[in-house]
Amino acid sequence: MKNTYDLIIVGGGPAGLAAAIAAYDCGVTDILILEREDRPGGILNQCIHNGFGLTRFKESLTGPEYAGRFIAEAAKRNIPLSAGTTVLSISPKKEVTAINDRDGIFTVQAKAVILAMGCRERSRGALNIPGTRPAGIYSAGTAQKYVNCKGYLPGKDVVILGSGDIGLIMARRMTLEGAKVHAVCEIMPYSSGLRRNIEQCLHDFNIPLYLNHTITKIEGKDRVTGVVVSEVDEQKKPIAGTEMHFDCDTVLFSVGLIPENELTQEAGIALSPRTKGAIVRQNRETSVHGIFACGNVLQVHDLVDFVSEESEIAGKYAAEYILKGEVPFDDIPVSHSGNINYVLPQVINRNIGGNVKFFFRVSNTFRNCVFRVRSGNKLLCEKKKRIAVPGEMETLLVPAAKIADVTEPIEITLEVQPNE
Amino acid sequence: MKNLRYDVLVIGGGVIGGTILRKLSQYNLSVCLVEKENDVCMGQSRANSGIVHAGFDAAEGSLKAKFNVLGNRMMPALAGELGVKYRNNTSLVVAFSEEELEILQKLQKRGVANGIAAEDLPILTREELLALEPYIHPAAKGALLAKTGGIICPYELTIAAIGNAMDNGAKLYTDFAVCAICKTEGGYTVTAEDGRSLQASVVINCAGLASGKIAALVGDDIPVHGRKGDYILLDRQAHYLTDRTLFFTPTAKGKGILVSSTVDNNIILGPTATEVESDVPETTAADLAHVMQKAKEMCPNVPLGAAITSFAGIRAYNERHDFIIEESQTAKGVFHLAGIESPGLTSAPAIAEYVAEELVARYLPLVKKENFRPERQADSFFRNLTTEEKNAVIQKDPAYGRMVCRCERITEGEIRHAVRTNPPATNVDAVKRRTRAGMGRCQGGFCQSRVTEILAEELGIPMEKVTKSGGNSVLLVGKIK
Repeated sequence: MKNTYDLIIVGGGPAGLAAAIAAYDCGVTDILILEREDRPGGILNQCIHNGFGLTRFKESLTGPEYAGRFIAEAAKRNIPLSAGTTVLSISPKKEVTAINDRDGIFTVQAKAVILAMGCRERSRGALNIPGTRPAGIYSAGTAQKYVNCKGYLPGKDVVILGSGDIGLIMARRMTLEGAKVHAVCEIMPYSSGLRRNIEQCLHDFNIPLYLNHTITKIEGKDRVTGVVVSEVDEQKKPIAGTEMHFDCDTVLFSVGLIPENELTQEAGIALSPRTKGAIVRQNRETSVHGIFACGNVLQVHDLVDFVSEESEIAGKYAAEYILKGEVPFDDIPVSHSGNINYVLPQVINRNIGGNVKFFFRVSNTFRNCVFRVRSGNKLLCEKKKRIAVPGEMETLLVPAAKIADVTEPIEITLEVQPNE
Repeated sequence: MKNLRYDVLVIGGGVIGGTILRKLSQYNLSVCLVEKENDVCMGQSRANSGIVHAGFDAAEGSLKAKFNVLGNRMMPALAGELGVKYRNNTSLVVAFSEEELEILQKLQKRGVANGIAAEDLPILTREELLALEPYIHPAAKGALLAKTGGIICPYELTIAAIGNAMDNGAKLYTDFAVCAICKTEGGYTVTAEDGRSLQASVVINCAGLASGKIAALVGDDIPVHGRKGDYILLDRQAHYLTDRTLFFTPTAKGKGILVSSTVDNNIILGPTATEVESDVPETTAADLAHVMQKAKEMCPNVPLGAAITSFAGIRAYNERHDFIIEESQTAKGVFHLAGIESPGLTSAPAIAEYVAEELVARYLPLVKKENFRPERQADSFFRNLTTEEKNAVIQKDPAYGRMVCRCERITEGEIRHAVRTNPPATNVDAVKRRTRAGMGRCQGGFCQSRVTEILAEELGIPMEKVTKSGGNSVLLVGKIK
């Protein structure tokens, strides 16, 4: 292995692959992708259901098929990928230390780094769900890996907490494998999953979705034997007297994804408390010059198509950084109204030209609303929406001409239009 | 199974049984330990605060006071020999009122009476306290600083003690639930529910929560009750909060909820104290809420959002509120160690020495083995190596270059090592306690399926037979269609 590379990409999932291809096509060919699993593709490898690529390729692909297209493109360009390699640390000077079974522990120096580590699932422990700790409690993704990659069924009678997309997909997948999914419980008044998944994975299989419900007790000594489910009030506190008991041998948690930013943090990169990912500019550059981030390590996307799109931005600008040098920060902050959970990018660097696409999520279900992007008194962009839900990411495109002469902080707002 | 005969049989693979087994393995004795669960350290030694107490809590003249202070002094050397993480992190008993400040003085006096050096127990003013612990509640009025207070990983200690005893010839029988102890010529026959039986001249009952039931098997009446404590563990990101152990001023009800660093630099909050009948630890919403409330009273900005897991442990106690360490009334050569609640972990090395030298010695000659090896390679040995040393290990065994648990950074080599080392890990939780694989922020979400595969390979069993913690705790119910 060489000691230096122009570009090192941490993660060979959809984000890392798309970033690598984009950087290559912009003229940077000295690239190394570091992938911790035995093969590229990331979490898509265990997502054998279809529905990927509808936006990007106008066809419905499975996860491995979607990943396969990018793996093939990377292979065409002979972009090297070191599989089975876990990155241990990244320094602000862009020294990347990693471990694998061929090279041991080694350090490589990069001119630029792209962070594309993806995210992890929030676990039961983070929620302090009371009860025992028997076998049969899995995150939805772990269950998905057992079923789709290892070929084993983790349980037969299932209750799912959380209606995130992986939980919905697994409700269907476990049902198809002969398990009985008794309930999907969601503590919020809405599902955080895609509407199409609610239809195709729950309704089509008569699996009940209990909104405003949570698991308040897990029972069983060796293996799960049952759960208690309670309705919650507006403060998310269980309401006494609403308890329902389900006999089950398995509990799946699909209660949110957390960007995996331990390496980012150790590199001294500023993180957003809202997204739990790096604070980035529109070119996906972090607070450290030459370190970029994209994909689910930056913000949890609901469609991989958007991951690819975002990663191409990071790849393109990482290439520009390598070829043309550093673009000084001339930053305008981006804020948002209280009914929006977060906006990305969080900062606009005025030294970078081009259109800016803002990604954001609303905090509740809103009907007949209008999104606006303002800078001081200037309206940069406006978009009406009949319905906006937290489970589906919103975007707003501000043309280059409008962004170019912005001098005041940018704010993105959601206003509900009366009587429409 | 043939009727095997031992000089000493220890019942219960907790920290008391484990340290006794290890002490006895120094002598020319044949010794064994029986454990009802699939792995050692499955009871209260698994789920407690991991504190090496200084020794100012227990009443003067009690066994607790005596063994606590002795055990506190012995712990660093024992931990060193066994490769167990121990840290003299010091502890603080924090007072929030004038009355509590007075109690601190009583504790200080009691500590000195129990044998702690006075200079190791200063009382700090509010300013001194806040200078040491900036995240403590500003309403604090002062604190007792215990300079000899420490922390240790309780399951690491127990596993290492039993492993070292086994390396020195002791035998371990797991899934051995004792149901009968019968007098036979020259000793006792100890029988398990599955029909296996072992013979021994001396039997030592260290069965923790079950020690009352075991005592009853030889006709002794030692009531032992369970008191459950819930804990919340925070991610290492919360470690800035404190490196010490922060206690509230004790009340009649006990030491209450603590906020402490662990040796692995997590923050542990707990435990509650709820009387329970069941021997299955189970957290409750009320107890977890109490832990969070008290933690906020100690450190108002404790980052509860950094919680990575919550769990419960059940401590055995007896109404005498002191350790019971005594010979059976009826069965000579049977010793009961019951009601070993806090500070049992701290006391374990001193209790072990006492049991061997004062109790077992009544029946058996204690002759030291010439080839006794007190050292055990730490389960965490790989992590402690330099990069060059690690690369040498990886070159010899590439499994050490394959990362399995990304959160705690545990390699395939370390997991295989845990299965091949005494006491062998035979289930997923056993691997976790030895290696920390699955103990990090994702709680095994990413690595569990790989750990399961490695266990299946190492044990030569199908994936569906691999358990989380023995018994019927299978992880998988079958192959997919």
